[in-house]
Amino acid sequence: MPKYVIVGACAAGIGAVEAIREVDPAGEIVVISEEQCSYYSRPMISDFVSGKADLEKMKTRDDQFWQKNAVKALTGKKAARLNTAEHTVVLEDGTPVSYEKLLLATGGRPFVPKMEGQDKEGVYTFTNIADAERLAEKIGTEGAKSAVVIGAGLIGISVTEALTKRGVKVTLVELQDKILSLLLDPTASEIVEAVVRKAGVNVVPGQSVQKILGKPDNDAVVGSVVLTKGDQVPCDMVIVAIGVIPRIELAAGTDVKTNRGIVVDNCMQTNVPDVYASGDVAETYDFILNQNRSLPLWPLAVLEGKVAGYNMAGKKTDYTGGTNMSSLKYFGIPIVSIGLANPKPDPALEIMLSQDEEKGVYKKLVLKDNVIVGMTFLGDIERAGILFYLMKNKVNVKKFKDVLLKDDFGLAALPLSVRREMNLEK
Amino acid sequence: MKRIIAKQEHCIGCGLCEVYCLTQHSKSKDIVKAYNREKPRPISRVRLEVSKPISFAIQCRHCEDAPCAAACLTGAMHKDEKTGLVTHDPEKCMGCWTCVMVCPYGAIKIDKEGHVVAKCDQCADLDTPACVANCPNGALECVEVKH
Repeated sequence: MPKYVIVGACAAGIGAVEAIREVDPAGEIVVISEEQCSYYSRPMISDFVSGKADLEKMKTRDDQFWQKNAVKALTGKKAARLNTAEHTVVLEDGTPVSYEKLLLATGGRPFVPKMEGQDKEGVYTFTNIADAERLAEKIGTEGAKSAVVIGAGLIGISVTEALTKRGVKVTLVELQDKILSLLLDPTASEIVEAVVRKAGVNVVPGQSVQKILGKPDNDAVVGSVVLTKGDQVPCDMVIVAIGVIPRIELAAGTDVKTNRGIVVDNCMQTNVPDVYASGDVAETYDFILNQNRSLPLWPLAVLEGKVAGYNMAGKKTDYTGGTNMSSLKYFGIPIVSIGLANPKPDPALEIMLSQDEEKGVYKKLVLKDNVIVGMTFLGDIERAGILFYLMKNKVNVKKFKDVLLKDDFGLAALPLSVRREMNLEK
Repeated sequence: MKRIIAKQEHCIGCGLCEVYCLTQHSKSKDIVKAYNREKPRPISRVRLEVSKPISFAIQCRHCEDAPCAAACLTGAMHKDEKTGLVTHDPEKCMGCWTCVMVCPYGAIKIDKEGHVVAKCDQCADLDTPACVANCPNGALECVEVKH
């Protein structure tokens, strides 16, 4: 019986393999992956569409990764059922795979709301390389001149940039009043929106797509969309980028507890012995909100997978938590935004702002009881990691908060006690 | 592995570490050419941190549990278990800035022209890293540590 079985071989699965091998060089590992090559960077598929990267460049590990880690990789295989009592995963073709320890790292799938016309040719989602290949292929054909992107979050912005680089005219439709509203406050969002518009994108906030219509001469092919308020926008493609939902199908119908995602503790263990979950499928600890929730972000998935791997291999390890955190590079504006960067008005929160419109720099810190709980750095991000350190470690910044947003803020401005904590001083 | 230690009490804030680092990471290895002619302009991977009267020079700490390597979206940032160094492959880097976000030392530089990051490689070609060798007051020291 394989000692470890990992379902899903993306960020969390890879993190788990590496962690297991640090602790247990020999225990048999079986990985079940729907994709033939799973170890490419999903956040980078927009670079594939824009033409900046090919699959080779996108690989986060080399082609000998499974071999080097002595992993039996069942690629192109789908796990269909889970039987926790018998410690068995059954593949779609009926093959049973037994486990001693199981990791569910099945990720998320794109959320596509019910829309009239969603089955027409030219409607895409955008989360994996197959999506990116289909879209890139379409862009290469005659009559792929314009697109409607639904959703102006991370995925929506990334695909909008890629399409724009390829000369496609994009209409970006966002249900919220502002783009990137889960990450940015209105000021930062407006800075980005101005740049996105300048790049030729038609930004339509406060609306969604009601239905997708066909072309006049071919109803099976996307020809336009009708927006909430009734406006019709002609387009050759529709990209649905609303978000992802955890793929909990394997756990459903078993005794593994699920909410929106699979419920895990700080060791990434589910309520069922020997069953772990990590990555986009799991609800993991948010150290800012102090609760578990779905945080579908690549770097967190890697860390969660590592924690699962260590614990599966017997090295007790607690996850220190993540939060809503992203860095953005799109349309030439570097941004780092973390935690409660756009909180609802709350007298318990202190907001610190700094803006230099000429330099295109906007910085914001949100503090609670003198601890940083949210931040946005836009335009000038090189020192953002220091602030993230203070946030993650809940450092009380009362005595030095006046320096945090200064242009020349750096490590030397931190008090001796913090520099000692960071091993910068004896 | 080697580790570069900053000695705040000896640092006079002259910034020569940055000058020599930039030069060492240039194509020409010539100070004047590196600063004035090379395109894209080379980048110093060490940073003089100043908050008067305090100053010290900091470059990548090559962390044991390197957050940049774990967070890297492309595999460009890598913790080499044999040497203990955190290496960066600019050919694989796609400039997503995730490493910048999670580096507690703010030690990863952004190469705006190349749209990639740049960081200390401890001058792999040299016996002693350029910043250490050229510090006029012994404020940077290279020590052997276990990893």
